[in-house]
Amino acid sequence: MAATTLTPIPQIVTDHVEREPRGLVRWLTTTDHKRIGILYMVATFVFFMLGGVEALMMRMQLIVANNDLISPEVYNQLFTMHGTTMIFLFVVPMFAGFANYFVPLMIGARDMAFPRLNALSFWLFLTGGIVFYASVFWNPPDAGWISTLPLASITYSPSGGEDAWIYLIHLTGISALLGAINFVATILNMRAPGMTWSRLPLFIWSILTYAVLLIVAIPVIAGAVTMLLLDRHFGTHFFDPTQGGSALLYQNLFWFFGHPEVYILILPAFGIISEVLPVFARKPIFGYKAIAASTILIGFLGLLTWLHHMFTTPTPLIVLIFAMIASFLIAVPTGIKIFNWIGTLWQGSIEFRTPLIFACGMIALFTIGGISGIFLAIIPIDWQLSDTYFIVAHIHFVFVGGSVFGIFTCIYYWFPKITGRMLSEALGKVSFWLMFVGTLVTFLIQHSLGLDGMPRRVYEYNNIGHLQLYNQISTAGAFILAAGVLVTVLNVMRSLKSGVIAGPDPWQANTLEWFTPSPPPVNNFDVIPRVRSLEPMKDIRREIARRAAAPSTAPAPVADVPSQPRVPA
Amino acid sequence: MLASLAALALAPAASADFFTPQSGGSPNADHILDLYDVTLIIAAVIFVGVEGTLLYALVRFRARKGRVAVQTHGNTRLELGWTLGAAAVLLALAILTFAELHSIVTPAVSGPNGLTASETGVPISTDAIKPPKGPYITIQVNGQQFVWRFTYLGFGKLADQLDDPYTYRHLYVPTDTAVVLKVVSQDVVHEWWIPDLGQKVMAVPGYVNWASFEISKPATYSGQCSFICGFGHATMTALVTALPRTQWLAWLHTLEKNLQANKNGGAAGRKTLQKRTGSAAVENP
Repeated sequence: MAATTLTPIPQIVTDHVEREPRGLVRWLTTTDHKRIGILYMVATFVFFMLGGVEALMMRMQLIVANNDLISPEVYNQLFTMHGTTMIFLFVVPMFAGFANYFVPLMIGARDMAFPRLNALSFWLFLTGGIVFYASVFWNPPDAGWISTLPLASITYSPSGGEDAWIYLIHLTGISALLGAINFVATILNMRAPGMTWSRLPLFIWSILTYAVLLIVAIPVIAGAVTMLLLDRHFGTHFFDPTQGGSALLYQNLFWFFGHPEVYILILPAFGIISEVLPVFARKPIFGYKAIAASTILIGFLGLLTWLHHMFTTPTPLIVLIFAMIASFLIAVPTGIKIFNWIGTLWQGSIEFRTPLIFACGMIALFTIGGISGIFLAIIPIDWQLSDTYFIVAHIHFVFVGGSVFGIFTCIYYWFPKITGRMLSEALGKVSFWLMFVGTLVTFLIQHSLGLDGMPRRVYEYNNIGHLQLYNQISTAGAFILAAGVLVTVLNVMRSLKSGVIAGPDPWQANTLEWFTPSPPPVNNFDVIPRVRSLEPMKDIRREIARRAAAPSTAPAPVADVPSQPRVPA
Repeated sequence: MLASLAALALAPAASADFFTPQSGGSPNADHILDLYDVTLIIAAVIFVGVEGTLLYALVRFRARKGRVAVQTHGNTRLELGWTLGAAAVLLALAILTFAELHSIVTPAVSGPNGLTASETGVPISTDAIKPPKGPYITIQVNGQQFVWRFTYLGFGKLADQLDDPYTYRHLYVPTDTAVVLKVVSQDVVHEWWIPDLGQKVMAVPGYVNWASFEISKPATYSGQCSFICGFGHATMTALVTALPRTQWLAWLHTLEKNLQANKNGGAAGRKTLQKRTGSAAVENP
């Protein structure tokens, strides 16, 4: 990381100026949104690797029928840790990291609305993650990432692992909630002059929806796990059927949070795709208003569909049908997005740089997850497919194909801005193809595993039909996918030291973050430009070209000229 | 591995469960399969359409010398068109689902080779499911860590059903007879699933869930608990065997006799123990 050192120009003379802390202390005490963003990205990527190792261990266990490599207790701990890690410690906070870094830059602000609250969010998140992972030295939780009841009650899960899980949900929950409030306040109040709602970048629309969904959903899960904590240690019986409590109540509360959470995980990925495609297709986004509106509509409908996780529960059919219709409805705005993305590529001049390739991979893979979602929305079909490997395949096409490929699009697109250096295109493409092929090989066959009768979360299976062959294909794919991730890690390590210098705007992009030097100075912008369209950087480049062609014209207002790097990195 | 996979995809008989859920045991599973097949065809068309258009766009509009991107911002008519198109497909799927839903949730009617009304035990009230027309039997499926217990409701002599015959792990039913399942759990959440016999039902402690099936020919089907219930989740398997009417009645008779013998043996043992220890009474376990 090339550190930016600034030479302050003294304006006011004071008798005492606090020295800027250096080294580790600077990272620990920072309230700069960019540094907090980097802290999020690095920490969440470490959790991503841990979650990936857990996945590989499970795939190793399933490589042959009736394997006894891993004990059933450890296997249950592995899938609990894997799911919890990927959702609460990777995808949500990773997008929080990118949003921290880029929301102020994209809207032309100098920091988040509440910088100290922002730092608190990160440290709460990290504490939650560390406490959760500390449980591996004692007893990790083993009741699934959904922590289903009564299995997670003190009777059936007496170990402290479940309490570590509750702790994690609370701390990452408060962290996400504070972060979300911060994003909303920043986006509502701190936009550059001229950035009206119809000029708001689509990534910002998606983060705004992500933040609102978090604000709606987090209090519900916080309430549910508080009730669980009281049940476990303080003698209440909210979820204890033997004492008049209801296990179904927990499922309702959990999925009221859990389904919006799915859109919390995927909407920012939609946002980044909508930013990257126009840049590399060299044409404006197709149907800006439709994409922005569909983001909000998905967020709203996402709050109505939680019951489709509960089609097999003893819930009246008429109630379930309501959830089925809502799930059908949500396919419409999601389809609109995919069609508009293809419309953006149509008649463009597509430059196959790594961010664009990852973005197109995301569209291709997410489409598969979206289509399998239609099957699961239909109540009777869900009765056959629910809780089998078909569901596992579906969620992984959404979260690996959608969220992870979206995150890798972010990494390849924004790395030059964050570090000032370019990533290797060659390594990036190798990483993409390994990950793309790995995802298809791992998860396509899992549809058939489910159709062939294999339930999810089982540590062993009998080799009935072709179950062993299918599992072996899936395991092989998982290792290809992991290799692809490692190539990107290698690429990042290599480019941090020896990457080509990027300059402020290597992609000829559209949004304001490319207006400042790479990496951006602490104050982001010396001058905040006036925004005149959805693509302010296009206007600025056009203006520069115009002036370069006619140097004799009178100088225009200074705000239209990109600021020079004050001190080179 | 790849060769065998290719062979698998090509051979229609072997690929029955490669693209579609299992079925054939019970009419409701077959109805679900019908619905699935139509959805699969629609999904395949959408898949090929979307992925094909994406691929075409990527190849056709790749950057080349002299290509200039067309600066369009959208096309309202086109966008409205695909919105309505997507909505129409989903509306069609919804109508189809409603058309099939009734036949899937309504228990089948027992056939001529099934049990007669006098052989189905004391009728059990099925409050949440419409009882089948004609004779049917009711089985209580009780999930417990980590085994399924099946109680043949109404076949005992006591009015409170405490002596109804029961089996563990292996359920026996008569062929051609509607079987209503009363699914409960006595500890954590479990999920009853025999893929060939249709829908899963979650067994939630404190709640009663209902399902039904009917098997026409003698056969045995396997399945297992499909909702995480603890470390033994993967071993919580179940078998369902359908026997012809007369064989099933004979089997039930043997079962009742064996259970009675066990009960008598237990009572005798308790009596001996009582005598030896001098304690007042040993509670019936």
